[in-house]
Amino acid sequence: MANPLELRRRIRSVENTRQITRAMQLVAASRMRRAQDAADAARPYAQEVLGLMQQLVAATGDDLLPPMLQTRPVEHSAYVVMTTNRGLCGALNTNVVRQAMEDIEESRASAEVSLIVIGRRGRTSLARLVPMLAAFTDISDRPTAADITPIARLVMDGYLAGDFDEVQVVYPEFVNTLTQRPTSLRLLPVVLPEDADPRDADVIFEPDPATVLEALVPRFIETVLYETLLELTASEHSARMVAMRAATDNASELIDALGLTYNKLRQAKITSEIIDIASGANALAQRA
Amino acid sequence: MAGLTLTVVSPEREVLREDDIDMVVAPGIDGELGLMPRHAPLVTQLQAGTLRYRSGGDERYLTILGGFLQVMQDTVTVLADGSERSDEIDVERAERARAEALRELEEARVGGDDATVIRARLALLRALARIRTAQRAGRG
Repeated sequence: MANPLELRRRIRSVENTRQITRAMQLVAASRMRRAQDAADAARPYAQEVLGLMQQLVAATGDDLLPPMLQTRPVEHSAYVVMTTNRGLCGALNTNVVRQAMEDIEESRASAEVSLIVIGRRGRTSLARLVPMLAAFTDISDRPTAADITPIARLVMDGYLAGDFDEVQVVYPEFVNTLTQRPTSLRLLPVVLPEDADPRDADVIFEPDPATVLEALVPRFIETVLYETLLELTASEHSARMVAMRAATDNASELIDALGLTYNKLRQAKITSEIIDIASGANALAQRA
Repeated sequence: MAGLTLTVVSPEREVLREDDIDMVVAPGIDGELGLMPRHAPLVTQLQAGTLRYRSGGDERYLTILGGFLQVMQDTVTVLADGSERSDEIDVERAERARAEALRELEEARVGGDDATVIRARLALLRALARIRTAQRAGRG
């Protein structure tokens, strides 16, 4: 480290790194806002679907409920684990994978487990641990409702065919910019929250409640998956933004420290040169 | 007499929210469905088609790609699988989609499987819903 030339080169390289991390930070910030907007835009539909589900379930007799609303003993569980395609987003994927493994270990005590992974990161880290049914790694950065259709089809068909008796989703819930909480949610069989204010019971259903409900359930499943996917996207970009801000700050600190060392070195060199000259001049003066 | 409130939501966004509407005509699963203020509470499925509504003297049009409709106390809520206002429709793209779907149907007739036929038929219905909505709104 004593070589000033080496130090200068090092400073320049850290400055380049800082430029990249700062650019990534800005890009992530704008993508995070976009992802949050998409999540906000999706909320009205999700709320209406939930409300309508509750109304239809109340109007349909218990024995007429579609299979996706009926619970059965769990011998085989499917897990949908949502991770990102790209890295450099802090501990986001590690946390989701850890949560998923905890849940899966628990399920394994009493049932077989199959895995459906979204995102390259999760595929890499979970591939060795659990038999994988499918992996979706081509979901775009701006997911649309259509992106979710193949995943929804897969879990619904599997559930209806009896391949598995429940479907769990593990995803990073976007709490705020600094916090993304790994969360588990049971997708199938559908269990609805209590209706806070039950709507008027005197409703005409065309053709009848059970038929409409049967048609609505797939939309509900897709909606829940789409919402978790939007949470994943918002979480990814905020985690990346925070990670890149930390990297930028670290780079700045490093540049300061290296600059200090470099200046000290430079000054020491100048001082020693002055001493050289001064002592040389002194020696000459004494001889004269 | 107060008018209807009409809300149209699709999975990705809220397409429309408007008050004081005199009448809504929606593509019900068993045919067109007219709704006026003080309609009885109703829940029904929708098929792909055009939803039109009248407000003041104006009549406006929306594409509905299937979904559900709910009437509750003078509030009409449409949960569409997809929906566009007539001015948002990309007519050229819909025409291309129609041609593509027709071609696929033709091919599938000669030894295609059921899934392809169903998919092509659905695509055709969606394209037609868009084209007809645009036509009714006086575009295309």
